[in-house]
Amino acid sequence: MSGRIIGLVAGAVFRESVRDRVLYNLVAFALLLIGASLLLAQLTAGQDVKIVKDLGLSAMSVFGLFIAIFIGIGLVSKEVERRTIYSLLAKPVRRSELVAGKYAGLVLTVLVNLAVMGAMVYVVLAWLSWGQPAEVGRSWDAPATDPRLLVAMFLVFVQLTLVIAIALFFSTFASPLLAAAFTAALFIAGHFTADLQHLGSVVKSPAVALMSKGLYHVLPDFALFDVKAAVVHGQPIAPNRVALAVGYVVLYSGGLLGLAVLIFSRRDFK
Amino acid sequence: MTASPYPPRTGIAAAACLTAAVLLHVLASRSLSAQGAPGNEALYIRSGEVVKRLALSFDALLADVYWIRAVQYFGRTRLETGAGKSYDQLYPLLDITTTLDPQFNIAYRFGAVFLSEAYPNGPGQPAAAIALLEKGFGANPTRWQYVQDIGFVYYWWLRDYVSAARSFQRAAAVPGAPAWLGPLAAVTLTKGGDRAGARVLWEQMIRTGEHEYLRRTAEHRLVQLRVLDELDVLNHRLARLHAETGRVQTSWAPLAARGWISHDPPVDPAGVPYVIDPATGLASVSPKSPFYPLPVDTAPTSWPAVRPPS
Repeated sequence: MSGRIIGLVAGAVFRESVRDRVLYNLVAFALLLIGASLLLAQLTAGQDVKIVKDLGLSAMSVFGLFIAIFIGIGLVSKEVERRTIYSLLAKPVRRSELVAGKYAGLVLTVLVNLAVMGAMVYVVLAWLSWGQPAEVGRSWDAPATDPRLLVAMFLVFVQLTLVIAIALFFSTFASPLLAAAFTAALFIAGHFTADLQHLGSVVKSPAVALMSKGLYHVLPDFALFDVKAAVVHGQPIAPNRVALAVGYVVLYSGGLLGLAVLIFSRRDFK
Repeated sequence: MTASPYPPRTGIAAAACLTAAVLLHVLASRSLSAQGAPGNEALYIRSGEVVKRLALSFDALLADVYWIRAVQYFGRTRLETGAGKSYDQLYPLLDITTTLDPQFNIAYRFGAVFLSEAYPNGPGQPAAAIALLEKGFGANPTRWQYVQDIGFVYYWWLRDYVSAARSFQRAAAVPGAPAWLGPLAAVTLTKGGDRAGARVLWEQMIRTGEHEYLRRTAEHRLVQLRVLDELDVLNHRLARLHAETGRVQTSWAPLAARGWISHDPPVDPAGVPYVIDPATGLASVSPKSPFYPLPVDTAPTSWPAVRPPS
C-alpha cells in the first residue's frame, strides 16, 4: 500500500466533506454552547461550569457521531451509486488503498471538528470562570479549564474512529440506509455489553450463557471510552485505561478495515 | 440568470402561515392557562436505573437535565400560592439525578436542603433528605459533608439531638474530616435544643460551607434564630400587658403607648411587621415574611411565665 495514495484519497474525502458543509455543524455547536452558558446560570443553582462541561463533551460526542455515521456510510456506497467507482478503479489505486484513504479522510474530518469544538469548550469555560471569586472556584469539583478534559475529548475521538470503521465496513456491502441502521444498532448495543456479561451469570442454560459471554467480547464495547463524568468531577483517569482503549480501537478497527478491504476487493464492478 | 421557479408571493404566504401558527399558539396557551389547565411536572420514568440504561453514555448530561428540572420544580412549586400545593415529584427527580450521576455533589447537598424545608416553602420531608444524603455517602464514602448535613437535618428539622450528635461523630470518623466535627458532636449533646447550640452549628456552616447557597441557607437560619429571640421579647411584653389588663391584645398600640416597642408595628429583620394571633394573643412572624415558617418546636406556642402585677 502506498502512503502517498492513501494521503491523496484522504485529502479528497476531507475536501469533499468541507464542500458538503460538514463544518457548518461547528456553528451549531458554538451557538448551542454559548446559548447554554448564558441560560444555565439562571437555571442550575450555580452548576453552570459542570453542566457546560457535560454539555460540551456530550455534544462533541453526538456531533462527531453524526459525522462518523452519516458520512461513513456513504464513503464507498456513494461512489458505487454515482458510478464514480469506475473512474477511481481505472486509476492505479488499489482497493485497499481506497478503503484506507477513505477511512483516514473521515478520521481527519472528525479530528478537525473535535479540535475546533474542544477549543470552543475551553473558551466558554474560561469565559464562565473569568472574574469568579476564589471561593466559588473552590466549590467546583475541578477547575473550569481543567486540562483533564482533554483526556475525555481524546477518548471521544478514539471512540469515533471505531464508529467510522464500523460505518465504512457496512458501507462496502450494504445500502446507505441499511449501513446507517447497522452502525447505529451496533453503537447502541455496544453500550449494553455489560448487561450481556451479567446475563450469562443469571441464566440456567449453559448455551445461552456461552452465547451472551461470546457476544460480550465480540460486540464493540463503547462503555470503555466513557470517562466524561469522571473527568468532569475531577477524578483521575488511569493512563492504562486510555492505553487499553486505544489498543482496543487499533485492533478492532484494523480488523474491520481488513474485512472491509476483503469484501470490497471481491466485489465485481464490471 | 435563471428566474426563481416560485413567485415572491409564495414566500410571503409561507411567512404569513408560520406567523399565524405562532400567534395561534400564543392565543392557545393563554386560553389554556386561563382555564387553569394542569401544568404538573410529568415524570414518565421513575426508575433512575432505567433512565441510566436509556442514556447510553450521556448519563451525566441527563443528570444535569434532571437537576435543572428538580431546581425549577422546587422553585416553581415554592412560588405557587394556592392551597394544597404538592412537592411529590421532588424526591424522585433528585433520586434519578443522583442515580444518573452518583458524584453529583450539589444534587445531594442542595437536594437535602430543598427536601427538609418545612411546608409550604418545601415538602417538609427530612427523612427523604436523610435518605438522599445516605445514598450520597454510600456512593462517595470520603464525603464527610453528607454525614454532617445528616446531623444538621436531625438537629434542626427533627430535633433529634442524640442522632445529630451521632451523625457528627460519624462524620468526624471519616478520613480527612475537619477536627471541629468532634467538638460539634459534644456541643450538640450538651446544648441540643438550645438556641446557642443551634447558633454554633450554623455559624460553623457559614465558616466552612463550600457553596454560596449553603452559606446563605445558614445565614437565613441564624436570622430565624434572631427572630425567635425578638418574638420572645415581644411575647414577654404581651404577657405582661395581659397580666396587667386581663385582656388578650390584638394590636401593638398599647405596647407602643407604654414605650415597650420602638416601632409600631414591630418589624422582623426583613421589614415585615410581626403579627398578633387574635385567638391566643401571641406574637408571631407574618406568613408574608421570608422567615416564615419558623422551626416549629422552637416557635413560641404558649405564654411565657410572667408574675401577675402586684
